[in-house]
Amino acid sequence: MSIDRREFLKTLGVAGASLSGASALGKSKQEPDQEEFYAILHDISLCEGCQECEFACAAANNLPEPDDYPDFEVKRTLKPDQYSVINAVETSIGEVYTKQQCMHCAQPACASACLTQAMHKQEEGPVTWTEGKCMGCRYCMVSCPFDIPQFEFDDNNPKIGKCQMCFDKLKEGEVPACVANCPAEALTFGKRSEILAEAHRRILEDPGSYVDHVYGEYEAGGTSWLNVSPVPFEELGFKTDLETKPYPELTKGFLYSVPSVFVLWPALLMGLREATKKEENEVVEGGDHE
Amino acid sequence: MSESAMNSTYERPTSTWKFLLSELKPRGNPWTIFNMISVPTVIVATVIIIIRFVYGLSAVSNVTQTMPWGLWKGFNVVTGVAFAGGAYVLTFMVYILGLEKYKPLVRVTVLNGFLAYTFYAIALILDLGKPWNIINPIIGNSFGTSSILFLVAWHFMLYIVAQLIEFSPTVAEWLGSERARRNLKRLTIGAVVFGITLSTLHQSGLGALFLMAKGKIHPLWYSEFIPTLFFISSIFAGLSMVIFQGSILQKIFAYQLDKHSDENHNIMIRGLSRVCAIAMFVYFFLKIVDAVHNHSLGYLMTPMGVWYMIEMIGFVLAPMLLFVRGVRLGTPFTIKLASIMTLIGIVLNRMNVSVIAFRWDEIPRYIPTWMEITVTVAILFVQIWIFRWILHRMPVLRTMESMTATSKP
Repeated sequence: MSIDRREFLKTLGVAGASLSGASALGKSKQEPDQEEFYAILHDISLCEGCQECEFACAAANNLPEPDDYPDFEVKRTLKPDQYSVINAVETSIGEVYTKQQCMHCAQPACASACLTQAMHKQEEGPVTWTEGKCMGCRYCMVSCPFDIPQFEFDDNNPKIGKCQMCFDKLKEGEVPACVANCPAEALTFGKRSEILAEAHRRILEDPGSYVDHVYGEYEAGGTSWLNVSPVPFEELGFKTDLETKPYPELTKGFLYSVPSVFVLWPALLMGLREATKKEENEVVEGGDHE
Repeated sequence: MSESAMNSTYERPTSTWKFLLSELKPRGNPWTIFNMISVPTVIVATVIIIIRFVYGLSAVSNVTQTMPWGLWKGFNVVTGVAFAGGAYVLTFMVYILGLEKYKPLVRVTVLNGFLAYTFYAIALILDLGKPWNIINPIIGNSFGTSSILFLVAWHFMLYIVAQLIEFSPTVAEWLGSERARRNLKRLTIGAVVFGITLSTLHQSGLGALFLMAKGKIHPLWYSEFIPTLFFISSIFAGLSMVIFQGSILQKIFAYQLDKHSDENHNIMIRGLSRVCAIAMFVYFFLKIVDAVHNHSLGYLMTPMGVWYMIEMIGFVLAPMLLFVRGVRLGTPFTIKLASIMTLIGIVLNRMNVSVIAFRWDEIPRYIPTWMEITVTVAILFVQIWIFRWILHRMPVLRTMESMTATSKP
């Protein structure tokens, strides 16, 4: 990886400031324009649960093919080597299919939690994981409100497995594998503003077939993966008690207070020391203990 | 660790090396009950650690995808750091407020703090999936600057250095270099001020780690004020450790102490008990305000609510009252009992936030394996070995003069 001088100096500066926590105030943290992120819409009313997306995902990421199928009696879960799962859910209108994968939050908790920037929000929208940077501390897993990152606990050189929104394909101008291979056209890919408008258009044009909720519009402060559904999201087992502000905001107050403490404490402590000094201490200064 | 300090501050005449070699030899009867328990435990733990690095974490640990942090993080790191809080509180009292009467406790507390931090760093490394990449957030090729963990990690490292500087004059005395001692002593006040600042931030920072786990931690333990609560509780956690450890050291190292030592010790722990009681009162009050503010009092009648009340009443309120009683009556036993209960309360609180109330609704629950527990205990044992080794040799509890007087019969 090449790094030019300016970039290097910037990193140094940020690093220095961060020791006092000042980075939270710094310009370097300014989010890229959220509207320009790519996003994917999963229209649950169109999904047939055929698993084509799962197979495409496995092929695109060199993962083993899934060997089970959606069954409403079993909840299938993400695994370190399975980045996307389809689940069948028995609802009031019959069996519907949900797709679970990384939500690619606009301001991801995992990326803000990561102390090595191994988890990183790309300007194009994907939240990616870089193996060479990761320490394996699993703070991203503690922080992720959707419980997405999966850790290879049974490996001595463990990786974190999660959807990368086919970042390599995106850079080539291609669409993610799951979107390209969905025969039911339940998945739509585009700029987030357009995808969000499309989601609302579907709800508006056919209010009988959808609940009036685009899951991911506000959840966790907005995500790059959006869902529209014919049944309320609680019924589908989606988390509906999430914050509507970005999760990194929860730590902002603390990070803001750090530079103040760093400036105020030493001054206060030295002042206190002078104020409480006894005359004889000056003689004892530097003397032995006891 | 102390070796590195020696190398950097000393020319090495052959006599120093001979002295060091003689000091390295174990002394006393090796067949104590403690040794007979700790030696096998550490051997078994070593095997477990090898298995862990060959086959991965799941070979020895019960941590899961939804419960990614287990006993090693929850106990050795999160709880242990609170216990090591005594060092910053005592240095604040002695060097900043000038309360000279507590000075005899400073060296042993700083030493304990230094060892505790070092060994918690080791526990952390055991838990890392790719420990070799720990260099990344240190050398700066990828700084995750918005991460609380980044902040905590750096403050951790810097604080270990600050504590080493605070302790270094003792090492210099042990090696008999007056000049080095005087020079190192000049650094003490700077290290103390820096150390207190760092402690304020990382004690609270450990709590701040869990701020983003909103919804995963039971509402009775999750709070936006968790950093403040962690900081305040580290004050009485650290001091209770000083009291508890002091009462043990008074017995084991009685041969190093003069006849007034018991009396002086009791005076000191009475003073510390007052600080504990006040800090615990503030903490208890804040916890109640917080529960009311979060509207989480409705959970009190659930099983988790009962568990919460056991922690708050049995191990915060009760020891607080015992501290007050111990100070009033001047009974060391009451104070020691209070300190032990406080320590249990801190274990409960830290384990609740990081492990027990984390995913409290998940089935099956995370329960650590015997292997995780063995490693946790073994880390404490090795820490105690080194602590003991230093206490027997360096002028920590006693002065150099009294040492030379007693060690040459």
